[in-house]
Parts: sequence; structure tokens; C-alpha cells
Amino acid sequence: MNIVVCIKQVPDTKGGVKFNPDGTLDRASMLAIMNPDDKAGLEAALRIKDETGAKVTVLTMGLPKADAILREAMAMGADDAVLVTDRVLGGADTWATSTTIAGALRNLDYDLIITGRQAIDGDTAQVGPQIAVHLGLPVISYAEDIKVDGDSVVVKRQYEDRYHVVKAKMPCLITALSELNEPRYMTPGGIFDAFDKEVTVWGRADLKDVDDSDLGLKGSPTKIAKASDKVPKGAGEKVNLDPTESVNYLMEKFKEKHII
Amino acid sequence: MGLEEYKGVYIYAQQVDNKLSDIAFELVGKAKELAADLNTEVTAVLLGSNVKALATELGEYGADKVIVVDNPALETYRTEPYAQALVSVINEYKPEIMLVGATAIGRDLGPTVSARVKTGLTADCTKLEIGDFPINAMPGQEQKHNQLLMTRPAFGGNTIATIACPDNRPQMATVRPGVMQKLPKEAGRAAEVIEFNPTLEENNRYVEIMDIVKAVGNVENIMDAKVLVSGGRGVGSAENFEMLRDLASCFKGGMVSCSRAAVENGWLAQDYQVGQTGKTVRPQIYFAIGISGAIQHVAGMEESDLIIAINKDEDAPIFDVADYGLVGDLKKIVPQLTAALKEANADA
Repeated sequence: MNIVVCIKQVPDTKGGVKFNPDGTLDRASMLAIMNPDDKAGLEAALRIKDETGAKVTVLTMGLPKADAILREAMAMGADDAVLVTDRVLGGADTWATSTTIAGALRNLDYDLIITGRQAIDGDTAQVGPQIAVHLGLPVISYAEDIKVDGDSVVVKRQYEDRYHVVKAKMPCLITALSELNEPRYMTPGGIFDAFDKEVTVWGRADLKDVDDSDLGLKGSPTKIAKASDKVPKGAGEKVNLDPTESVNYLMEKFKEKHII
Repeated sequence: MGLEEYKGVYIYAQQVDNKLSDIAFELVGKAKELAADLNTEVTAVLLGSNVKALATELGEYGADKVIVVDNPALETYRTEPYAQALVSVINEYKPEIMLVGATAIGRDLGPTVSARVKTGLTADCTKLEIGDFPINAMPGQEQKHNQLLMTRPAFGGNTIATIACPDNRPQMATVRPGVMQKLPKEAGRAAEVIEFNPTLEENNRYVEIMDIVKAVGNVENIMDAKVLVSGGRGVGSAENFEMLRDLASCFKGGMVSCSRAAVENGWLAQDYQVGQTGKTVRPQIYFAIGISGAIQHVAGMEESDLIIAINKDEDAPIFDVADYGLVGDLKKIVPQLTAALKEANADA
């Protein structure tokens, strides 16, 4: 059985966010990590590998430095790695990103594709389901448990107030929640091996059945009209009144804000 | 086909167990504003099995039209039949704008549908308005009017981006629940109901639902709370947290949380602690009651949409991040506030 896990290199938002003097994000000075939901997806794939001997391939689209997360994935136990990188792919929205990744996936054998639910930089949760559309696969989003059962997968699919146990025939695509598991560490031996292994690098020419008009900034239906860093929160109003007046004051504010 | 053929503001009216989700009404409320700017109508799209009766409620909350796709395949949410149904509605009726709630359903349905109709989708919007793209006219570039400008936080909430979809239709957005306001219910206001029966083709993308497990209510996670009433050292005792629970119960999705001091005093379990060594929360309303506002606490709650502080020390640092700060005795203010909210809820 072949599993492909799509992973993304993202800036670590947990360690705090830094801005350049011009107010844009200072990505260079922030730590780059494997996106947490993707890492859970990778761990799920590796557990299936432990049980069934499946082959696990990791694939990312990004800058050449995204090689680092592919090595990390191999040090955790992934067998193969693919880096899709090309200048013409830059500036992509989720439509163009999913088109690109689907174009790369068409070159690979897969029974199961796993992506994270969402990346912590864009927070859209769109790329996984959109890849499934491009490849004509069933999609199960928000997986908190994945089991292989013969030629099917059985997945616990999370909703706000419930979960569904859902069964799909392979090939299919699953988006993983970070709650799914506790990802394993890299092993020292694994790290050495990971750096001896070859990462397959693909560019635009290697994407199968993809139109130029669907790639990169040019192929993105959504356009950024304006971007700014969030204004730091300042102090609001402070009042020193007797208790009844304080309550009246707050109730007025709630009415203004349509809270009540 | 020209983009000008696409007309009307459409919303996906999410229902679960044949009950409309709040987000459906919130989207109708926002869609009314957008439709007024565009001089057009609001259409709600209702997908399900035996759901036609729900159209009445959508009309009462402001929908002008309701398109109902009623099909046994739509009884429980599954991506494939729902996506087929919504894509069919879009292809048949050609909406200019299509809004979907950013729920666990909407964030699956939205991207599946937008990819199939090949249009743009902006995720988790917090603000929607009609405007020009580019926002300021640029030489050599056509400035399009009456575009949907979609504003959303990105990058863990550290940046705000405004996004347009100038060349594809419909302009699609998912919208964060709880951000938009529903309109007051107008009893007797009726929407025009259109029954639409596209063929839903069963294919390899159908999945089988083997079990549905509804969550038990007593598992509380303060990170899921819409409103948090948080207490610190100033609350004084475990018993006094009852006042905070009463206040929290006035809000749908309200829960109690606390500062590290309250945990150290044994008043509440560590699961309820907000801050650097506790949980990071982003509720719509955060009450900081008897909490001084040390940086370690503030780090865990400063992203809350609205912060209300109650503290007797007017120099407490919590007032530096509070939208509304009340200087005074929490033991007097909190019970009175609870009483006032209960009264307001009873009137609503």
C-alpha cells in the first residue's frame, strides 16, 4: 500500500511573530517548522506503515529550503520525499496550490493521501479538499482517528458537537487534525540516513495535466487587496462608578455591540 | 459566459438534524447588507432531507428566496452529495456571491464546491463589504466596482488581509460563526420557496456513515467557549466562583476559567487555567474578574474579541488590555450584572 503525505513548511507562530520595520512579517527571523496538523498526518501514515508495511512518501511545495521538513519526515520514518519548487508556482492561492500538488501527485502511486486539516500560516483548510476534487477522490476532513480495513479506511470525522465514523474505499484523501496523535521523534540513525537519501525535486515541467493558467499568482482567482499587521491592542474605556451604575454602563455597551 | 450574468447574494443555510444552525441566520443578516449595496436579493440555499419546513424560519430572518434541494441522500452531511447539490444550484441560478459558514461542515463543503466551479474562496472572513478592486485606482489596471471585499485574519491572527475575487464567479467566502449579526425575527415574513431537484449521482466519492456519536455535554474545554468568565486571586474563595458560574450561564457557550493564582489556591482545576502555562483562549467575550493582568496571564487571552475587566485596583495592568474596565468591588458588581443579563435574556 502506498501513502502520500502532503506537508508544508510554515513559520512557527507559537514562538511569537516578528515584524520588519515596514510592518511586513519578518519571516526570515522566525523559526520554520513542519505544520502541526501535517505532522500528525505523517505520524498516522507511519503508524499504518508500522502495522502493514505501507510505503510512505512525503511531498511538499515550497522554496528550496523546505527540503528541511522533508529530511525531518524521512528521519521520522518516511521512505521517499518529493519537493515541488519553481518560481512560476509562487504567490499561489489555494486553487493554484491544490492544482500544483494534484499535478505532482498524478506522477505517484497512491492508495491514501493524507494532508493536514489546515496550515497555521494561511489557516484556510482548503487545499486538502481541493486536491481531492482535482484527483476525483473521496475526501474525509477533520480526521481524529484513521484505521485501514482491507481496501477501505475507517475514519473518525470530527464535528463541533459529534463525530461520524465514516468508511471510504481507497484511493481517498484524508485531512488530519493535530489531535490525532502524538508525533514520534526523529531517531539519530534516522537523521543520518535522511541526509544520505535523495529528495526528488520537481518543477513546472514535471506537473501532469496542468494548465499554466491555473498556476502561481497568475492562476489564483483570489487577489490580495490589502494586508496589514494587526494593530496592537490598546486600553479601552475605564470607569469608576458605583456598582449599579457600573452594571448599567456595561449593559449599554452590550446593547451597542448587539451582545444582548 | 460574462460575469455580469451572475446575480444575487446567496448563503448556504446549514442544518443539522433538521435544525438550522445559528450561522445560517447570521449569514442572512450579513447578506441583507451586501444585497442592499448591490440592489439585489438574498437567497438561502437549504440542502437536506425533509427540510422544506425550515424555509419559513429563513424567511422570518430576512431571506427573500429559499432554494430547497430535498433528497434522501442529503439526510446526513456527506461531502459528495452536498457538494453535488450546491454545485448544481450555483450552475443553475448563477449567484454573484455565495457565503458559507466556517463550521466543520462549511470548511469541507466550501473548498470542495469552489474547486468544482473553479472560483476563489476566502476562508474564515470576519468582515465583508462591497467596494472597488483595486481599492485605489492604479494606472494601467481596470478598477472594478461592486466587488466583494473579504477581510480575514491570517497567520495565527497576527495579520489582517483583505481579499477580492475579481475575475471569477461566484465570489465565495466562509464566514466565522458568531461574527455577523442576525436580524430580528419578523413573524409572518415569508420567503419565496423554490424547489430544485438536481440529479445526485452516486459515485466512487460517496462515503458510508457507519456511526454517529454525539458528544456528551460534560466535557468542557475552555478553548471552545464563546464567552469566558475568568476569575483570579480577587475572587477570594472557591465558593465565590459560583457567582462567576452564574454570570457565565447567562451566555450561550459561556464557561468559567481562571488565572494561575486561582489554581494555586485550589479553587479550580488546572484545566481551567488561562495563560502562558495554561491555555490560550480566544473567546468572543472574556471577563477578567479579580485578575491583576500579569503578562503571563495576558499572553493567554489578549486575542479575545472583547475584554471586560472588573477589579478594585484601578492601576491593575489588566485595564491596559481591557475594552471596558470597571473599577469596583466584584462581589457587588458581578451578581448585579448577572441579574441584569438574566432580565435582558428573559425579555428577548
